Amino acid sequence: MKLKQISIFLENRKGRLWEALDALAQAKINIRALSIADTSEFGILRLIVPDPDKAKKVLDKGNFTVKENNVVAVEVADKPGGLAEVLKVLSDADINVEYLYAFVQKSGEKAVVVLRTENTDAGIKALKAGGIAILSADQLYAL
Amino acid sequence: MIWNRQAECMPDKERQKLQLARLKETVRRAYENIPYYKKRFDELKLKPSDIKTLEDISKLPFTTKTDLREGYPFGMFAVPMKDIVEVHTSSGTTGKPVVAGYTRGDIDTWSEVVARCLTMAGATNEDIIQNGYGYGLFTGGMGIHYGAHKIGATVVPISAGNTKRQIDIMQDFGTTVITCTPSYALYLAEAAGEDGVDRKKIKLKSGCFGAEVWTEKMREEIEERFRILALNIYGLTEIIGPGVAHECDQKAGLHIFEDHFFPEIVSPETLEPLPDGERGELVFTTLTREGMPMIRFRTRDITTLRKGPCKCGRTVVRMDRITGRSDDMLKIRGVLIFPSQIEKALLEVKGIEPQYQIIVTRPRHLDELEVQVEISKKMFSDEVRHIEEFRRKIEAHIEKSVGLRVKVTLVEPKSLPRSEGKAKRVFDKRQL
Repeated sequence: MKLKQISIFLENRKGRLWEALDALAQAKINIRALSIADTSEFGILRLIVPDPDKAKKVLDKGNFTVKENNVVAVEVADKPGGLAEVLKVLSDADINVEYLYAFVQKSGEKAVVVLRTENTDAGIKALKAGGIAILSADQLYAL
Repeated sequence: MIWNRQAECMPDKERQKLQLARLKETVRRAYENIPYYKKRFDELKLKPSDIKTLEDISKLPFTTKTDLREGYPFGMFAVPMKDIVEVHTSSGTTGKPVVAGYTRGDIDTWSEVVARCLTMAGATNEDIIQNGYGYGLFTGGMGIHYGAHKIGATVVPISAGNTKRQIDIMQDFGTTVITCTPSYALYLAEAAGEDGVDRKKIKLKSGCFGAEVWTEKMREEIEERFRILALNIYGLTEIIGPGVAHECDQKAGLHIFEDHFFPEIVSPETLEPLPDGERGELVFTTLTREGMPMIRFRTRDITTLRKGPCKCGRTVVRMDRITGRSDDMLKIRGVLIFPSQIEKALLEVKGIEPQYQIIVTRPRHLDELEVQVEISKKMFSDEVRHIEEFRRKIEAHIEKSVGLRVKVTLVEPKSLPRSEGKAKRVFDKRQL
């Protein structure tokens, strides 16, 4: 149920994002989803890739500060109110969302949302109880 | 205007005679009453009677801040505590502070030399002096205060900070002379401008600015903004506090009150005395200090001494504006600090890599100190919040340890330059 996400520390400096993505490109690692959190001084690049362990190794080698952690990917109906429905489930269960990012699939029927809750297990439990479809790693990478 | 014409305009020969008599007396008292000096003299097989001319001063040992700190708190006092009427300390950010003890006579001397400074700035008993130097253990506030009393001016002991109040009082009381750090003067000028204060309501005519390194450009700016005469004051706790030297309106260097403080310039490397006009480290021997006589104190301040009479009529030697230090000490917003103190504080924070850089800037006239730290795996998180918390924790710890607010910036691992030898970690980008 849990999905591994790779986070990379990016100093606010020209070309740094490209360097990180280039390192992954050289290693032929495809990116399924990504988001960047930015502050005035640094950014955090968050990635979902098919082989997170390999990606981490590549980035470590390139002197990036990398961390792996668990997130949850859920399927959301690609229509108005789709995401709101998911968030209501979490809100009702009193679960705090740290951040989330979404990507829309080609088919146009479903969107995938990557969620980071304060407590991943509690998040999964609440989502399940709310009848939200959680994607496994394999399902996500197969998209 | 000259406060003490007799002392300040004394012919060289006469002054040298006075200095020699006072030097001999100081050396004798230090040797007889301060175990530290007795030990140092004995090690050098030196007796007070070996000092026969002013040049013999070079036979005497140097005194450093470390020596003084070892005597903490009262080890360098030459008189019994019943004769000490006041104590002050240096900021103490580099470890134990240096404690300075004053007898009633020392307070009189201090009042006298500061009176000379204020008079150079045109102050008389008709003036209202707004004293924006900190009152307390720091010598700045009290030193100016005593001098203001001596000349009979009205002193407003407002101390440092509280900008709004400073500006209100300046207008309401009709302050004519201001004393504070030059960077604070500029800050005040800016704040007054932002508040839309009418310049006509400000009656300032001059100011004595010091306690930090500043430049001619800053002087021009202060003079232009306040339409005043801005003069440079110099002093240090170890010698007496403010009032060791001050500029006259010729702005041709700071007149050192040589009848009380004997200056020398030495090479910071060899410690050999340098000829007149050469740049080197300023060293002082007190000539009249009773509570804590100081022999050849190394100030670490870099300057040049210039002999010869000044157009103002004073004959005492002048020193150039201080341009640097002979150690790596930084003076940030008036606080003396060694980069090693920041390093020590930094390394006390768990999970930190010992890679850092210190960058000093002066945007908007106030010093800013930025510490760039390489982020470590332990500090890194996928959540901004956690990283920010860690960053603030470092800032808080440094502030607590060294007493200085700093800005911590996180940079990527291995992004700071590495060096085989002594790494250059401090970048002072202030234009001083």
